Order: sequence, then structure tokens, then C-alpha cells
Amino acid sequence: MIEFDHVSITQPEATSPVLSDVTGTIRESDLCVVVGRTGTGKSTLLGCINALVPMTTGATMAGRVRIGGVDVTGRRPRELADLVGYVGQNPLSGFCTDVVEDEVAYGMEQLGLDPVTMRKRVEETLDLMGIADLRRRALVELSGGQQQRVAIAAVLAAQPRVLVLDEPTSALDPTAAQDVLAAITTLVHDVGLTVVLAEHRLERVMHAADSAIWLPGDARAVFGPTAEILGIADVKPPLTQISEALGWPKVETSVRDARRKVATEGPHLDLPNLPVLAVSWRAEGLTPVLTAGDLAVHYGDLRAVEVDLELHAGSIVALMGRNGSGKSSLMWALQGAVASTGRLAVRDVDPRTASDSEARRLVSLVPQSPADLLYLPTVGEELHQADRESEAAPGTTRSILATLGVDLPDDRNPRDLSEGQRLALVLAIQLAASPAVICLDEPTRGLDYQMKAELTGIVRRLAEQGACVVISTHDVEFAAQTTERCIVLAEGEVVADGPTRTVCCASPSNSPQVAKVFYPHDVLTVAEVKKALALQAVRP
Amino acid sequence: MPRLVPRVAQADPAVPHEWEHRPVRQLHPWAWWGWAICASAAVSLTTNPIVIALIAASVVVVVLLRRTDAPWARSLKVYLFLALVIVVMRLFFQIVIGGVRTGTVLFTLPSVELPAWAAGITLGGPVTLDGLAVALFDAVRIAVMLLCVGAANSLANPRTALKSVPAALRDISTAVVIALALIPQMIASIHRVRRGQRLRGGRRRGLSALPGTVLPVIEDAVEASLQLATSMEARGYGRTRTTGEQRRGRRQLLGALLAVLFGTYVLLAVPGTTPGWLGLSTAAWLAVVLIGSAVALAVWGLRVSGRQLGVTRYRPAPWGSPENVTVACGGVALLVILWLISSLGVPGEMNSMQTPVRWPTLPPLAVVAALALVVPGFTTPAPRKSP
Repeated sequence: MIEFDHVSITQPEATSPVLSDVTGTIRESDLCVVVGRTGTGKSTLLGCINALVPMTTGATMAGRVRIGGVDVTGRRPRELADLVGYVGQNPLSGFCTDVVEDEVAYGMEQLGLDPVTMRKRVEETLDLMGIADLRRRALVELSGGQQQRVAIAAVLAAQPRVLVLDEPTSALDPTAAQDVLAAITTLVHDVGLTVVLAEHRLERVMHAADSAIWLPGDARAVFGPTAEILGIADVKPPLTQISEALGWPKVETSVRDARRKVATEGPHLDLPNLPVLAVSWRAEGLTPVLTAGDLAVHYGDLRAVEVDLELHAGSIVALMGRNGSGKSSLMWALQGAVASTGRLAVRDVDPRTASDSEARRLVSLVPQSPADLLYLPTVGEELHQADRESEAAPGTTRSILATLGVDLPDDRNPRDLSEGQRLALVLAIQLAASPAVICLDEPTRGLDYQMKAELTGIVRRLAEQGACVVISTHDVEFAAQTTERCIVLAEGEVVADGPTRTVCCASPSNSPQVAKVFYPHDVLTVAEVKKALALQAVRP
Repeated sequence: MPRLVPRVAQADPAVPHEWEHRPVRQLHPWAWWGWAICASAAVSLTTNPIVIALIAASVVVVVLLRRTDAPWARSLKVYLFLALVIVVMRLFFQIVIGGVRTGTVLFTLPSVELPAWAAGITLGGPVTLDGLAVALFDAVRIAVMLLCVGAANSLANPRTALKSVPAALRDISTAVVIALALIPQMIASIHRVRRGQRLRGGRRRGLSALPGTVLPVIEDAVEASLQLATSMEARGYGRTRTTGEQRRGRRQLLGALLAVLFGTYVLLAVPGTTPGWLGLSTAAWLAVVLIGSAVALAVWGLRVSGRQLGVTRYRPAPWGSPENVTVACGGVALLVILWLISSLGVPGEMNSMQTPVRWPTLPPLAVVAALALVVPGFTTPAPRKSP
């Protein structure tokens, strides 16, 4: 359906091409997933399909792209609107109207379809994506998963044969991600569309993918069936890691297949099981560093948060819960930057009444969009400013940045940094104040597996130095690997608070893939499986 | 295996808004605007407070009968308050600074002589009945004109109004819609950045806080507009227009502009001569012809350039007999008032700003104008109300 014929793309002012001599085919009615580390050109490859690259980026392109036999090279994206549907990373910023129904009709209005056809197609599309009951709602008040489905519906109404999605589930909680993925698989299986999508959280989409394209980062692109590509790719979701650890010849792409394989072929390992009694978090022997009693945040009539909480020095806490369950509000309230009622004490000081610079030493927060905190033109000036803000010796922030394993030249503009580098810079700035509690709001968004592993290391080191790290995340795998305590929020209340193993293994939507494969053993990470394997090898 | 039961993806249950789904015909927003502009123009032509009060009453009655539950429909109170402020301010300045100081003296304020640089302004002095009456009549006229605009605002759905522009203006209305949608996003982004500044401990006030706030916000806005542009391009925006093709209808619109210019000049700057046919002077007739042809040219130009665009409309707001009746009612009211102020009617009674002041009377025909304005309150479809 989609043919890449010796495609090379060079970004403006770049010396070497992002993609060079890419040749390959995506079959009709495939769900094809583009995998690769951050910055390897996934979005560029997706943009080629509907000519957004080179048209909107100013890149230079060689080679041809054919869709269903039609050569689309050099055409304008607008001319391809009824052939390729494209949904960008942030659906909300791509909306052109303000109501669901109008948004779905917008593309057809631009194509000049007659009103009768439009009405029929709007109804069909709304039903297909299961959003008919949202038709008169304002787009801004929809949840993330609903917005994503509306964005897909809006491009589907023009009846394209190819759908291109750039990270459709990255910003969503596991449940909303499943909704979106279910909608996408319906389109592939029932409607027969060809879907190409890029995704960092492969564990969410790999079981549904028919084929994959791996971008190794050296401007090549490797095409092949999902299992084959995952076997060689440098991005390793948990299932790939299990397959590798157990020495399977082929990567099992779904939990079901892996489970069956374990059941039939073994190995039958001695894996950790839950202690029966340890359901809730046990604080014996730990030093409390933050206590909150009846801490509540209200927005107008809406009660966003109401919790009793105690956080301990040296612990890593995951804060989970669906979008809008009050995770961010709780973090901001702990920092004292958002008005709250109730008791709050960090090292016996209330951050709400403390001065800004003192509050920073009690609780430090890296917000969801770290770029909000950066406003100086160069990295050097930002680091210098951070030293002054935290009254630390000059060079402190720079050395923290170095211990985070990131080296940035002083003259770089913070706005040109990659997602991971920017996170590291803001984290270093926030750590310069050596806070007692560090809150990270959705830090894994846009990070690939390797960067997440690095972040895990950084967070562990911070905890060893005695800080309490609170991480709000939708990323179950990351939480399972990194944290020891897990708090689940729902509608602003704590619904579960216990060791990560207990909380995550006890819920189907929150359990990591390893736990699903090795059920009924309550194993969280591949590292634990490897350890058990090694033990088994030593014992006869 | 109870813990690992596969989840079935379901659509999120929608909040049951039954009344939202009942198809209720809403009057075309431009019909309300036409009606309100006619009422406003009628008010502007007279200073007779009784006539103005009657028209104001009709307008308010229609708003009360036909407004919806939408946020913009709650604006009538604001406009009533603004109208009151206008009247009070005008009376206050009449009393303090004055203007008309002749006629029956009610009371005298101690007058203050201002220094030479403010020559010509006297504070205080005699407050006369004539002065107050003239000020009151004048203020009421402006206040009620504002009230008419307010009525249109609370009756007409602004979103539908923007969407229901002629095809040629669709580009402009798209830009306005996007801008309106971006404003809340921009406010949210400013709020987020301001909140984030506390995190760095260096929260500043005043001008020094500007770079820290403005830079991230501008970066956000630029990024959002680039993403929007990409999305619009990918969805076929502007694909029905061939690039490089000459825009049609330009000459007609330019002609319309010139005609409006000359027409207004003739209307305002050429002194009226002897009243001729229908009580209008020759100059006034020339102005009418010029402005009329300007309107015709504009319609023609918009039609031509609109036809060039192959864009269609999903569910355009219908224009039927309720709309025609509504606009006609406004037109009838305007014509009646025009007749009354012309030399064939009772121009003396319609102008109450005369010294010495005399109690205004109500020309019987003016009642017809007010009644015509209240008719849409009953002939238009009733709005839906939430239970």
C-alpha cells in the first residue's frame, strides 16, 4: 500500500541526512508500528507519507513515496487529505473548531463535499469511533482519550485509506490508551485501513502490530514483521527482554503468546510471591519527611484532592491514577504552589507559608512541561541563575547535571534540547536546592526505554542520598522498575497505598507485562526473572 | 484468573443531556442582528423619550421571551447596567460641568473658576430643568442604542454567527474562530508558567518578571500555531483554491467601498436643501442611491469571490420565514420612525431636545413601531430550556 523508494531526507542546515536510501513496503491493511530511539526520525518518516515532510519542514527529499500505486512525491499534503489521514502528537492543538460534530465535518467542508454526504458520513464516523454521545460537547472539556478518538474521527471522515498516527497513546492513562488502541484495531480489522503509527510505549501497541519499521539512528530503516524487528531493535519493551532472558528464538509480541510459551516450555522458576499480609504500606523504621493531614485542593466547587499522607526519607513513590484523578494537583499542593486546606508539614515547616526559596528547599517539583521553568537564552545562564537561586556555590548545578550523566555545552539554547536533555537540565536546576522531597510530574513522557532506565538510575541515587522522590506516572513498567511504594488516586482520594508489587500486581490494568506473563507469581521486572534464572542455574 | 480478566474497551458514558439532542430550531443569528440594528437605528433618529422607552421595552420583552441558557444569553443584565451608567454619568457631568445653563433654575452649585489653561470649562453654576432634560433625553437615546446591541448579543449565538458569513469571508471567520479558541489556551499557559516560577524560587514582580513569563508563553503559542497549521494543511484546508489564481470579485468590492465613501460624504457633509419627494432633499436622495449601489456591489463581489471557493458548509443555519418576519419587523419599525421624523410626519414631536423644554408627547404612529419590534418575541421558535 505504501512504498518507500530510495527515500532520503536531510533537515535544513543539517550535514547528514535523517533518513537515507529508505526502501520498503507497508502492506495493505497492516497495522505498522515505527520504532526507534528518540531523535531517530520517526516523525519525519511518518510525515513523508502525506508529504508534510518536506513540505512543512523545509527539508530536502530525494526518492519517491507511492501510496496505492499513486506517486505522492512533491504533492501538497492538502491534496492528499482524502488519501492519508494524519493525526499529530497533541490532538488538542490540531483542532480547528470547538465542537466535536463540527470538528468531524471540518475536513469534509474543506474537500467541498455536498451537505447530504457530509451528514451521512459524520454519523457513520461518530458511530465507528464510539463518540456519538459526545457530538455536541466542547473539544477542550473532553478527556485525553476522547480527544484522541475525536481527532482520529475527524481525519477518518474524509475516508482516507491510510491513517498516520504520531504517538497516539503516549499521553494517556492505560485505560484510555486501550480505548484508543481498540478503536485503531477496529479500523484495521473491520474497515481494512492501513495504519502507520509511531509509539514510545511499545508494550501498549506491539501485540496489535502486524509489521514494524525500525530506525536504528544511522539513517537506515529496517522493515519487517513485528516479532523479527523487535528481535533486532535497540528499543526493548518488557516482552522482548523476557524473550531474550529466556533465550526464545523469536520475540513473543503478546502477553498471551508469552504466557502459553512459559506454560508449555517453562522455565518453572522460583519467583517472588506476595507476602500475604503486606497489603498496605508499612512505615516502621522509616523517617517521615512529609506529613499531610486532610490536605484538600478545591477548584471552585470541585474537590480535586483530599488525602492523608506520610512520605518517608529515602523512598521512591509512584503516584498513579487515571487522567484527572488529582495527581498533579496533589504534587502542586505538596509544593505549596497551589492553595490547599488542611495540615502540611515538611521537616516541620509548612511549605505553603514558607518563602518561595525556602519552599524550594523543602519540596521541589519538575512540572509536566519542564520548559515552563526555562527562560534564559543559554544553558550556561540557566545553570548560573540556578546557583544564585539556591544560594549554592557557583558550579553546583553544573556538577549535578554531570552526575545525572548529561553534558550540555554552555552555549546551547535550552529550547533546542531534546526532551530527555531538557528534563535533565530542569531536574538539575531543581536539585540544586537539595530538597527533602522531589516531585516529578509525568517525567517519562517522550523518553525511550534507555532514557527511562537512566532516569531510574538517577532517581535511585537521589533516594540513596536520603531524598524522598515522588513520581506521578501512567507508565506501569516504569513504576514497577523504579518505585517501591505506589499510591493510586481516584477522584482525588487515595484508593490504594502499598508496596508497588502489591498494588501493581493486584490490578489488571496496572500490572506490568512481566507480572501478566508469570501470573500467579507476583514478579515485577525482568531483572527479577533473570535473578531467578541465575539462581536456578546455580542450584542443580 | 480473576485478576487478569481482559478489559473490554468501552466508550465513556456521556452525561445525559437529553434536551441537547432535541432538535430545536434556533433563529439565524444574523436575523437577530438585523432586527436589533433596525431598532438601534430607529432609536438613533429620535430624542423623544417616550418613543425610546417604548422601543426599549419591546426589545427587553423579546430578549426575555427568546433568550436561551447559553452563557452569552446572560449578558442582558450587564447591558442594562451599562445603560444605567451612561445615563447617570451624563446627568452627573451636566450638573457639574454643565452645557445648557439656561431656562428654569432648579438650584445653583457654587461655581469654581478654573485656571487659564482650562479656559472654557466652568465647574458648578446654575442647574436648570432644561439642561437636565436635554442631558437626560440624549443619554437615554445612547443607552437604549447600546441596549439594542446587547439584545442582539444575548439572542444570537456568536459561534453560529461567525460560521454563517458569506463564503468569501470564510477565511476571516476561520481566523477569528481559531483566535477565540486560542485565547483560553494562552491564558492557561500564562497561568502555568507563572505557577512554575514559584518552583524556581525566583518569583519576581513587575517588569522583571516579564521575560520569564513571556518567553515560555510565546514559545507555547508559536508551537501551537505551527501544529494547528500542520493539522489544517493535512486536512485539506484551502485545497479547493488553485494557487496563483487571481482572486475574483475584487473590483466589485473596491467599487462598493468607494460608493460607501461618497455616499457617507454626501449624507453628512452636503447641507440639506429644500425637502423634495418623500420629504428628503436631493442630496439625501443622492446619498441613498450611492449607499444602495454600494450594498449591491458588495453583495455581487462577495458572491463572485465566494463561488471561487469550493468549500461547503455542514449544517448551515437555515434562513426561512421566521428570519424574514424578524428582519421585516425591524424594518417596519425603522420605516415608521423615518416617516415620523420626515417633513411628512411630526418632526417637532420626535425631537424633544428643545429649549425651553416641554413635556414630550407620544405620536400614535410610534406605537406601531414598538409593536412591530415586539412581534419576533412571539413569532420566532421558542428556545429550549434545560429542565
